[in-house]
Amino acid sequence: MSRKPLIAAQNLSVHYRLRGGLIGPIPFVRAVENVSLEIAPGSFFGLVGESGSGKTTLGRAMLRAAPISQGDVLFDDGEVAYSLKNLGKKELKDYRKRAQLIFQDPYAALSPRMTVRDIIAEPLEVMGLTKSRAETDERVREIAVKCRLNVEHLRRFPHAFSGGQRQRISIARALVSGPKFIVADESVAALDVSIQADVLNLLKAIQEDMGLTFLFISHDLSVVAHVCDHVAVMYLGRLVETAPTRTLFSGPRHPYTKALLSAIPSLDPDDRGKAQKLEGEIPTPTNPPPGCKFQTRCPVAIERCRIEEPVLESAGTEHNVACHRWKELFS
Amino acid sequence: MSRLIDVENLTLQFDTDEGRITAVDDVSFSLDAGKIMGLVGESGSGKSVTAKSLMKLNPRNAVYGENTKITLHLDDGPVDVMSLQNDHEMKVVRGGSISLIFQEPMASFAPAISIGDQMIEQLLIHTSFSKSQAKEVSIEMLDRVGISDPSMRFSQYAFELSGGMRQRAMIAMALSTKPKLLIADEPTTALDVTIQAQVIDLMKDLVTEFGMGIIFITHDLGVIAQTADNVAVMYLGRLVEQGTVRDVIRSPAHPYTRGLLAALPTLDDIDAPLTPIPGDIPSPLERPSGCVYNTRCQEFIGPRCSAKVPVFSQIDAGHAAACHLYDRAGDAE
Repeated sequence: MSRKPLIAAQNLSVHYRLRGGLIGPIPFVRAVENVSLEIAPGSFFGLVGESGSGKTTLGRAMLRAAPISQGDVLFDDGEVAYSLKNLGKKELKDYRKRAQLIFQDPYAALSPRMTVRDIIAEPLEVMGLTKSRAETDERVREIAVKCRLNVEHLRRFPHAFSGGQRQRISIARALVSGPKFIVADESVAALDVSIQADVLNLLKAIQEDMGLTFLFISHDLSVVAHVCDHVAVMYLGRLVETAPTRTLFSGPRHPYTKALLSAIPSLDPDDRGKAQKLEGEIPTPTNPPPGCKFQTRCPVAIERCRIEEPVLESAGTEHNVACHRWKELFS
Repeated sequence: MSRLIDVENLTLQFDTDEGRITAVDDVSFSLDAGKIMGLVGESGSGKSVTAKSLMKLNPRNAVYGENTKITLHLDDGPVDVMSLQNDHEMKVVRGGSISLIFQEPMASFAPAISIGDQMIEQLLIHTSFSKSQAKEVSIEMLDRVGISDPSMRFSQYAFELSGGMRQRAMIAMALSTKPKLLIADEPTTALDVTIQAQVIDLMKDLVTEFGMGIIFITHDLGVIAQTADNVAVMYLGRLVEQGTVRDVIRSPAHPYTRGLLAALPTLDDIDAPLTPIPGDIPSPLERPSGCVYNTRCQEFIGPRCSAKVPVFSQIDAGHAAACHLYDRAGDAE
C-alpha cells in the first residue's frame, strides 16, 4: 500500500481459553490466527466470511475489545501512534475516542429508557469531551443533522423509530466523539433492502465528509461489492484472500472465495442450479482440521492441502491468497 | 396440476389499545400443488400474518373480514379454513395438511426436549403411527434432508446442532407428516449463503419428490428468483403485484417492485448506485388513503393515487399489478 496504514494487524492472534476437563491440556479456541492486515486511511475495507470465521473477533481486536494473544495491532492517525497490545489506561481511553463500533441490531443497541439526545450524548459525557451541556447539545445536533436525523426527534425515545432510523441513531452515537476508525459489524444485516440502501449511502457520504476509515464486516458479498474498496475473506480465523474489490470480484483466486461468490442467489430466474455448491459446514475452531483449514470442504483439495497449511502470498498487485493451488487453477 | 389452496378477499385486523389496525387488506391468491409461490415484502408488509392466517394461527385479538374465504383442497374434499372452530377441528391445517417452518430454528425447538421426542410427538398427534414407527419415520426424514448420522442426531437437543443443521431438522420435522402445503417463513434468512444454497436445493428437491406446494416468504428477491414459480409482492397489507417469477423480476410493473429491485445490491454491476425507496413503511395506524404506496411512490401520477384504491390490472397473461398507471378504466373518469 502506498500510504501509511491507519491501522494494521501484525501476525495477530486471538485465542480464547475454554473451561477444560479435569485431565488433559486446557483447550483453546483459536478465533483469529496469525492475521496481518493493513487498512489505509480513508479506506472502506470489507471483511467477509461465514459465521464462525472470526470476522467479528478480528474487528473487536482492532478496537481492543478482544484480547490480543499474539502479535499486535498498530494504530497511527498522524496525531498519535499506539500499539494496541501495550496500551496504558489513559491511552486506551484516548483510543476509545478514536475508534468506534456500530452494532448489528439497532433494536438491541439502544436503551429504551433514554431519549435519542441522551443516547447520542452519552459517549461525550462518559469521555468528558464537552465542558457544558450547551456544548454537548450543539455537538449532538451537529452529528444528528449529518446522520439525517430530524432534530425535532431528539427528545423522543427509540421505540418510536423504525429500523432504519434507529440505525442512523446508532451511527450518530458512534460518530459523536469524532473517531477516525469505525468498525461496522453487520450494520445493515437486520434492515430491509430499501432501508439498507439508504444506510449504506449514508455511511459512504459520512465517510467522505468526515474522512473516516471503515472496517465493514458483513456476510453479504453483494453489499460489500457495492461499498468497499478493499476486501479480505476469512475462514476459520485465517485470512484466505485479500484484494481490491474489483480484483476480488472479477478474479477470485481462492476456492473458498469462488464458492462464496457462487452461492449468492442470482437475480436471473434462468440461472438456477448453476451455482457451484459448497458441501458441509465450517468446522468448529476448537478442533480445526490439519493443513489448510478449508480442505474439508474444498472441491480441489489435494494431499498437500491435508498436511501443510498454506500462507498468504502475493498473487498480483495488492492481491494476496493463501492456497497451494491458486497458480495452477486460476492463472 | 391440481389446485391446492384458494385465498379470497383475506382481510385481517387486530384489536389493539390504540384502535383496530389493518394488517392484511383484501388479499387473494391461489397455489397449485407442486408449485412454489414467493411472498415478498418489507418487514411490516403483512406477509407472515397472511401466511399464518392459512392456519388460523393468529392471536385472539385478530378479526377476520366477513368476505374472507380460504379453501384448502384435500384428497377427500375441500376444507373451509375460516369455518374451523376449535383446536380439534384445526388439527387438519395446523401440522396436518399444512406445516410451517420459521426463520429462527433455535427459537422453534423446545430447548429441553430432544429433537427426536419433538418429532415423535407431532407424528403421534397427526398420524396413526405407533411410537416405534414414528421414530423410524423421523430418522428416515432426518436422513432425507441430509443430516449425517441421523440416529445420533435424533437423540440430541437443538443447542447441539449448528444453524444449518437445525434448519434441516426443522424441515424434516415439518415434512414428516407429509403436508400438502408447506409455509416457509424466511427459512434461509439467518443462514450463511453457502448453507442457504444447500437449504434452497433441498426444498426444491422436496417439492419434486413429495409434490407439495410451498409458500416461501422472504424479503430476498435473489432467493425468490432461484426458487419460486410465481411471486406475489405485498406492501402494507395489500398485494401490489402478482405474476410468474420471470415477469415480476425482469419486467416489474408496480413502482414498489421496481423500487425493491433498484435498492438491491447485485454482483452484475457493482458500480451501480443503490437507490433506496424514500421514507419508511408507514405505521399500520396511519395507513395512507388511496393506494397504500402513494406516500413513497416515485411514479405518483396525481390525486387519483391518494384518493382511490387501485385494482389489479392485467399486464400480461398471468401478470397483474394494482397501480393506477395501468388503470385504463380510471383514465376515463
